[in-house]
Amino acid sequence: MTAFPTARLSVVAVVCSFATAVAAQTTDGRRSGFLDMSPQSQALQKDDTANPAMLWVLDGEALWNAKAGRADKSCADCHQDAAVNMQGVAARYPAFSAEHNRPLDLQGRINACRETRQQATPFAPESKELLALSAYIGKQSRGMPIAPPNDPRLAPFRARGEALYKQRIGQLNFSCANCHDDNAGQKLASAVIPQGHPTGYPLYRLEWQNLGSLQRRFRGCLVGVRAEPFAYGSEEYVELELFLMSRAKGMPVETPAARP
Amino acid sequence: MARALINVPPKAKRGEVIEIKTLISHPMETGYRPKGDGSFYPRDIIHKFVCTLNGEEIFRADLYPAIAANPFISFTTVARESGLLMFSWIDDRGEAQMESAKLVVE
Amino acid sequence: MSEKQPSVLSRRGALGAGGAALIALVVRPAHATTQTMHEAIQHFTGGAAVKPGRVTMDIPPLVENGNSVPLTITVDSPMTEADFVRAIAVFNERNPQPNVGTFHLNARSGRAFVSTRIRLGDSQIITAIAQMSDGSLWSGTAELVVTLPACVEN
Repeated sequence: MTAFPTARLSVVAVVCSFATAVAAQTTDGRRSGFLDMSPQSQALQKDDTANPAMLWVLDGEALWNAKAGRADKSCADCHQDAAVNMQGVAARYPAFSAEHNRPLDLQGRINACRETRQQATPFAPESKELLALSAYIGKQSRGMPIAPPNDPRLAPFRARGEALYKQRIGQLNFSCANCHDDNAGQKLASAVIPQGHPTGYPLYRLEWQNLGSLQRRFRGCLVGVRAEPFAYGSEEYVELELFLMSRAKGMPVETPAARP
Repeated sequence: MARALINVPPKAKRGEVIEIKTLISHPMETGYRPKGDGSFYPRDIIHKFVCTLNGEEIFRADLYPAIAANPFISFTTVARESGLLMFSWIDDRGEAQMESAKLVVE
Repeated sequence: MSEKQPSVLSRRGALGAGGAALIALVVRPAHATTQTMHEAIQHFTGGAAVKPGRVTMDIPPLVENGNSVPLTITVDSPMTEADFVRAIAVFNERNPQPNVGTFHLNARSGRAFVSTRIRLGDSQIITAIAQMSDGSLWSGTAELVVTLPACVEN
């Protein structure tokens, strides 16, 4: 812990605890991993005064307002109030970027803005800063239904994501579908296998003792089936997320969630 | 600077028992986490947490590696007087982080 | 299968960089035993007698992940100037160290209440001892099953 010389008036935080609008179970049988965890972990997610993920959200808010790069601009300089202008954004990502001629996930978008608009160095994958900003922006969509864009340019990428989801991989030769479609609700080493809807990323995972991105979770699964994980930022991850967000269409965003 | 989140009721009635919740960002490195090479990441935890109201201690905790990362501590106090709540987290290096919050008692 | 499986989801290191079939040896540090726990308790109580009762631990008996387990302790006490809880000390018997935390209250605390999150390295019994203003000591215990432990894996 670095030294902090002075006391300062802190954020006297949220007055009331947030009950997140987690509908969580749709009528077609899709269910959020929220329902598969213990009441204590559910309570943790619902309490903004106790969920460690909120620490990153606060950091993200500070970063949103901090000037950066050679352009000496903050996110707020262009986007003003995140609570207004970032509403619904995370719910419709990944989205197609004409500049890059491919879809970007939210983190990719943040880094693209950093590079081109702020003329600053992009944040490293899984860095505190990138996670904090993603959590802060993601939280502005909390409670809103996941709304994948109806953009025909995304179709081939989504199809590749779906193919990867169904492809057997690794020494254990499992596909995502083998666990998260065929065996969701069953147990794997004492933990219930969720359906794998990315409703709450980035999230605080007790296993990690840290906030982490969906890509970190993907890598964990790939290692789990003894496959070589793709590098952070790989197109495969964005395509897979694109497919999964489609699969989770209509389910409420829970960012920043908690999971065991 | 570690991010801290403090929750104090904005107003309290005199004599009311209020709950204060605190959360601070810190890995609470236990000293028992193995590195790849067989050695361990060295211990680095917050070992003491103190809360005062108008300079007088109202709560104190001695923490050990068994306290989870990003320590959450919640306790109560009787609302007697308005004033300044000061929170201190002290780590193994003896460095302290301090935060404050106002307590309004009517 | 009754033996504990290492969490497949957390064995990121297992693939090994050099291609060699490395089995990541988990070097388990020596852990607290019921004996060292009793020594730690002695240190807190000064050897005085401890009576079971008045201390309640609210903690899930089946722990989802040992890295972060919510624990709330309450003690049956009027919390007045004449009769209050001075300190609550929590101990474990199977983590690497026997102490968990010691919480210092006073006559102005209102309720003998503290809530936090702890790490548990194994299935075990944890013990909370409350020291009262009159010097008396009371204890409560909780028995926990932990399948995904803290302290052992990366």
